Amino acid sequence: MKFSEKIIVALLKFAASITIITTIGIIMVLLFETINFFKEVSFWEFITDKEWTPLFAQKHFGILPLVTGTLLTTLIAIMVALPVGLTIAVYLNMYAPKGFRKTVKPLLEVLAAIPTVVYGFFALSVVTPFLQSIYPDLAGFNALSAGIVMGIMIIPFVSSLSEDALYAVPKTLKEASFGMGSTRFQTSFKVMVPAASSGIIVSIILAISRAIGETMIVAIAAGQQPRFGFDPTVPIETITAYIVQVSMGDVPHGTLEYRTIFAAGITLFAFTFVLNSVSFWIKKRYQEKYD
Amino acid sequence: MTNAQKNRIIDKSFQAFGVVCTFFGLAILAVLIYNIFEEGLSRINWDFITNLPSRRPQKAGIYTAVMGTIWILVMTTLIAFPLGVGAGIYLEEYTKKTKLASLLEINIANLAGVPSIIYGLLGLEIFVRIFGLGGSLLAGSLTLSLLILPIIIVATREALKAVPSSIKDASMALGASKWQTIWNQTLPASIGGVLTGVILAISRAIGETAPLIVVGALAYVPFAPSSPMDEFTVMPIQIFNWVSRPQHGFAVNASAAIIVLLLITFMMNGIAVYFRNKWQKKIKW
Repeated sequence: MKFSEKIIVALLKFAASITIITTIGIIMVLLFETINFFKEVSFWEFITDKEWTPLFAQKHFGILPLVTGTLLTTLIAIMVALPVGLTIAVYLNMYAPKGFRKTVKPLLEVLAAIPTVVYGFFALSVVTPFLQSIYPDLAGFNALSAGIVMGIMIIPFVSSLSEDALYAVPKTLKEASFGMGSTRFQTSFKVMVPAASSGIIVSIILAISRAIGETMIVAIAAGQQPRFGFDPTVPIETITAYIVQVSMGDVPHGTLEYRTIFAAGITLFAFTFVLNSVSFWIKKRYQEKYD
Repeated sequence: MTNAQKNRIIDKSFQAFGVVCTFFGLAILAVLIYNIFEEGLSRINWDFITNLPSRRPQKAGIYTAVMGTIWILVMTTLIAFPLGVGAGIYLEEYTKKTKLASLLEINIANLAGVPSIIYGLLGLEIFVRIFGLGGSLLAGSLTLSLLILPIIIVATREALKAVPSSIKDASMALGASKWQTIWNQTLPASIGGVLTGVILAISRAIGETAPLIVVGALAYVPFAPSSPMDEFTVMPIQIFNWVSRPQHGFAVNASAAIIVLLLITFMMNGIAVYFRNKWQKKIKW
């Protein structure tokens, strides 16, 4: 190899190594600040205390309220995105005319391209007033509205990726089912969805992971009150919204408050890391099956 | 009623439900866009674009936010484009199928799934504190570059993979070196896919709010930035700031700013789709 080419390859290698450095960086940074955090706060308090008030005079450091807030909004989002997204995927794959599918799929993907701050505004100024007209006791900031809008945002994750998975199922399976006299509905749910199940599960896991890490919608529309419990009508706070709340203020480096956002961050990272690893593992197995 | 009839009714009902669900998604998109345009469109004029921020909603403009977004756009592209495409080329063309290569692949898949706010925490500790960049444009665009790197890498690899090996073999057989083959054959043939991925990634970066808030972009910046070390704000943060205020005038401003932001986002997505279609048509192997 010529010398100049060696330099080019070295540069390319450096670019690729940045991805590894990033991962190590994320883990080191989160661990470093979290270890400092646990020098002052007991781990037991962190995982069992039902109050999270690090910014108040009476300080409590229980992550549980933030975790339930995060799980609650995620659960609502999935309850919207899963049935709607999966139905769209099956409809587009099995029922809709080809041309329709070709136009609608990218149109729906626009939903995922809209900046999340826009969704936050939409939840606060359109969806919450609308829900309040049905259920007047709903608070101005609540998990329900934020969760629903988050669900709408992740519809394309479920619908597009699931449709891709359905599309990859060999045509012979479909034709055999039709040949036996099955309707499209029977073929969809007895043959196609089971055959594409791993791809569909991956799409759902990715959607969940996305919902857990979503920040601006909940920061704007769900309130900033850490609250242990699963009541969707009152203000709550998610892990991500807490990090934003602290970052908006002026918290000096090295203080305990500063370290709380890293302790919250590592909790968030652990959740999404497990989900992403599971989805990657399923995807690998699935690919091998079809090779 | 026979079983066959029953099955046909179920089939037809599901079809109707499918249509409803599909149009539910599209209808929400329409309602969202309609609402924002109805509220904000009349607020958009030249003054709104060129005015500095203000306490009074009627006088406030998005000039500093637009300039911040343009700075971030340019700097993030300059950093992430060469790194992402370079890493993509290395992973696709130079690594063999080893344990290390698959580890790299798992790592990138995982990075793509890390919530954006975690990148903010990374940027805060590394770029803002340890590198001492403060809440500057440079710290912000470095953070966003790391965030979109996995997207660019994956898109680059997909595009390179789509080039048939016969093209590469032919080039090598004519005596071209590996890099000459990549530079003169593989890259030009796959540039459409690469650019599509890069533009989509940049458009994602433009809409990001959370990581920039964490690295210390400010809600209120009185002047437009003039160098990479300056403090800054961007359009999503300006919108977030206006949304958080109670006065109705700021909600109108937020809608107007959202229109501008959406136009930029849709335009970039449109360009990306255009590139993809153009290159797909041009090349027939």
